[in-house]
Amino acid sequence: MFYDILVYGFIQSLALVLMAFGFSLVYGVSRLPNFAHGAIYVLTGFVAWIFFNQAGLPYFVSAVLAIIAAGLLGVLIYYLILKRVRGMEVSEVIATYAIGLALLEGLRYMGFRGGTYTLPPAVDGVSFIFDVPVDHQRIFLVVLGFTMLATIWLLTRYTRIGRALKGVAQDERAAMMLGIDSDVTAAMAVALGSMLSGVAALIIFPLGSLVVEEGYKVLIYAIAVCVVGGLGSWAGTVMAAFVLGYSQYITVAYGKPHFQMVVMLCAIIATLIIRPSGFFGKQKQLQERV
Amino acid sequence: MAETIKQRRRERIDRGVKVRSASIYALNSMEEISYLLAPRLLLTCGFLFMPLVLSPWPYWGRVGLSICILALLSISFDFLANYVGLVSLGGAFFYGVGGYISAILNTELGLPPALAIMAATILGAIVCTVALLPCLPLRGIYFAIVTLMYPLLMIRLIEAFDILGGTEGFRGIDGFSSFWTEQYGLILGLLAALFALRRFVNTDAGLVVRAVKDNDQSVRASGISVTGTKAKAVFLASLTGCFAGAYYIHMYSNVGISSFALDLSIMPIAATIIGGSGTLVGPVIGAAILVPLSELLRDFGSLRIVVYALVLTGFVVFRSEGLMNFLTRKYQQIERWVDIR
Repeated sequence: MFYDILVYGFIQSLALVLMAFGFSLVYGVSRLPNFAHGAIYVLTGFVAWIFFNQAGLPYFVSAVLAIIAAGLLGVLIYYLILKRVRGMEVSEVIATYAIGLALLEGLRYMGFRGGTYTLPPAVDGVSFIFDVPVDHQRIFLVVLGFTMLATIWLLTRYTRIGRALKGVAQDERAAMMLGIDSDVTAAMAVALGSMLSGVAALIIFPLGSLVVEEGYKVLIYAIAVCVVGGLGSWAGTVMAAFVLGYSQYITVAYGKPHFQMVVMLCAIIATLIIRPSGFFGKQKQLQERV
Repeated sequence: MAETIKQRRRERIDRGVKVRSASIYALNSMEEISYLLAPRLLLTCGFLFMPLVLSPWPYWGRVGLSICILALLSISFDFLANYVGLVSLGGAFFYGVGGYISAILNTELGLPPALAIMAATILGAIVCTVALLPCLPLRGIYFAIVTLMYPLLMIRLIEAFDILGGTEGFRGIDGFSSFWTEQYGLILGLLAALFALRRFVNTDAGLVVRAVKDNDQSVRASGISVTGTKAKAVFLASLTGCFAGAYYIHMYSNVGISSFALDLSIMPIAATIIGGSGTLVGPVIGAAILVPLSELLRDFGSLRIVVYALVLTGFVVFRSEGLMNFLTRKYQQIERWVDIR
């Protein structure tokens, strides 16, 4: 039982990192709360499914195409919607949330519901870690999660684009004075965030089946991880994902599966009441409460 | 000399009646009085005559009541968001709390509907205010996120612990004695809430509430408790929300976890933004547009949520002032083109 929790809690935590990182990146770089995150996640899964099953492309190609589609959708959302309401936080939340709602309910209307849609796992087979059976897709998830973290870390330190993203996140005005276009950077951040959520979808969906409800769930998970870790703090996101992943897995192991969501919701409410900047973020007292 | 380019701009001038009635209220003819009264009478009479017009079609009578329910929730959202500065994405929380309390009072204690609704309105508002009290210092997006989670948490708690009737909810709640009591009870409640809140925001207490939105630091510097003021405002807003929830469950005689459903939080926001934020009347107009639209789209299932969401996005992004602010401007101002020299 102990090793079970250790191994599966670890996997659950990395799944949360994957789900939340896109959201965290967008908020961290451009202060844009992308509430369409969950919808993009689900949409990427369905797009990959369509390319794979209807167009008959090989799985790898359809996955790449779906991720590119997610990135384009992110750019589109930025230029059509977010750019016009930027700076008005509440409008940003309402507009992106409404777009996400439209995408998810549109998918439901088009008949994508129920457990009939599944994506094939990238790798098959089962291994034993500490005598706990783990299928290879989950190991792939862990490896890819770490690869993604490392890539983003390297990207933000050693490439021009990544450093531009980081610069805008730190001080938008100073970045603009140095010739970094804030709009292009923000659009890129939204696109990158959408692609990350797409990657997460293509790795996590093969473990279950493609359902529209997953979109709402992923959004809440992403918000929970980002809020507990501190909105916009990347290191905090990873640490919070581990705290929440393990607590989620422990509650499921000893309680009912219903409690999985209760843990997340309680974590969000409690964190916002006690420390709105999250447990690993910088405190900005007057910006967030009076 | 360079050739001057002819350019025009649109000039907006307030009508004389508006200027005179805005502050000192010096009206001196029937014409001016009727200018001020006409929009108010139109709205009041429209709602008061609605049941008479709709009585041959009970189905559309119910749709009329749904307009009132949504209008109440939207007024509550509009008041909190645009007068207090607390954007609550969890309007369903007020609604559900009111509904459940009224259901318990009616089925367990046997209170008659009228009494149960009144008690549930006040008790529910107290419960909501106490529940939201720890979050009240939060601002902007932080408050929006935390309120979004409240109704979702209620659904999950009811499911997980199987309390309050579990997923089944309560059934067999008493309905109203007649079509007319049902209709007029709600319509009078809506009009009372609308005009009371409109009056409240112009009183001294309302001034403090609005100051919290504009500059909470200065309110604090004046020695007034910001959180206390917000708590009072949340109490007023949850009165309206709980009343709507309590009334609705007596109309349909059952209550379940769908009372905390997400669309009850989204629809009031859509109605407010379409109708015009910060006007209190706008949300009522928005509700009167959205509810019939949703009835027409009922056959299309989840497509109507798509339509809502797209209309909402369109208004947020392109026409954020909403209908009411647009109409007020047309009614109170003269517009003309003038040359720029």
